[in-house]
Amino acid sequence: MRLDTTDRQLINLFQRDLPVCDRPYQAMSRQLGIAEEEVIERLQSLQDSQVLSRVGPVFEHSRAGASLLAAVAAPEEQIDLVAARINHAPGVNHNYAREHTYNLWFVMTAPDEDTLDERLDELEHQLRLPMLRLPMVESYHIDLAFDIDWESLP
Amino acid sequence: MSISTSRSDPDYVLGERDRQLILATQEGLPLVSDPWGKLGKQLGLPADEVLVRFQRMQEAGVIRRVAAVPDHYRLGYRFNGMTVWDVRDDAITDMGRQVGELPFVSHCYRRPRHLPYWSYNLFAMVHGTNHDEVEDKASQIQAVLGNTCQGHTILYSSAILKKTGLRLRKT
Repeated sequence: MRLDTTDRQLINLFQRDLPVCDRPYQAMSRQLGIAEEEVIERLQSLQDSQVLSRVGPVFEHSRAGASLLAAVAAPEEQIDLVAARINHAPGVNHNYAREHTYNLWFVMTAPDEDTLDERLDELEHQLRLPMLRLPMVESYHIDLAFDIDWESLP
Repeated sequence: MSISTSRSDPDYVLGERDRQLILATQEGLPLVSDPWGKLGKQLGLPADEVLVRFQRMQEAGVIRRVAAVPDHYRLGYRFNGMTVWDVRDDAITDMGRQVGELPFVSHCYRRPRHLPYWSYNLFAMVHGTNHDEVEDKASQIQAVLGNTCQGHTILYSSAILKKTGLRLRKT
């Protein structure tokens, strides 16, 4: 999908924060110099085409429960099976295949720390693979947004 | 232990209405002129109360931000590199902060080592439209770390097998 200048500007301006006020899209429209209806239409179309995963709140995971990054080294011929088991385990919300001996990386979540440990133990037992457990010790920066270099995009 | 610059109130307790509001908005806000009014109708609350609760959760740090969240992969950032570094323990807090400040690093954490299997204690995520772009960003991180770093590697993602945001379950 080709994005025009206004779409790009919209993403640049509001990918980190949008105004949480009475009429947020109207406030955005003033900044962009276009009509409120156009802001709404553009957001809808960017969301429909999945350029935006959503327009809305990003919740602080640690405030809603416990979570942990874990990894396993799945034998190459079993990777699909292992990945499917991980995806089916309760609380898994991310699972990425990565090019490394530790080839499956996932985030397990739970309402509290005890449940989290139980879920990890249960999954580790089911997979019969040692699990690398990598809790966050310190967070230096979380900003799932970063400056988009539009010219470099394909 | 965690270093956070965002204002937050760790004691803020989510009420039942807050939870309902999270459930109603975790897939996104209504794209209509009066989103709070529409949510209010859904939840049986006045529009002002919806907005006030939303603002309160944001001030308390329960909501980190409200944004038009791009899908970087869809935008063309096909290369996601998890760069991992073995940084001296006495230097890691300072180094973590410096790496976290690089504009292209989307998140940066300290995690435990698991010797002898895993020696990396600093994780920094970078994105690129091609392999070289990620390598170039990793060398900029290496330049920051200098001799505090004894080794590193980049784990490229080859497939996204599952990705969902935070989901509260209906209880």
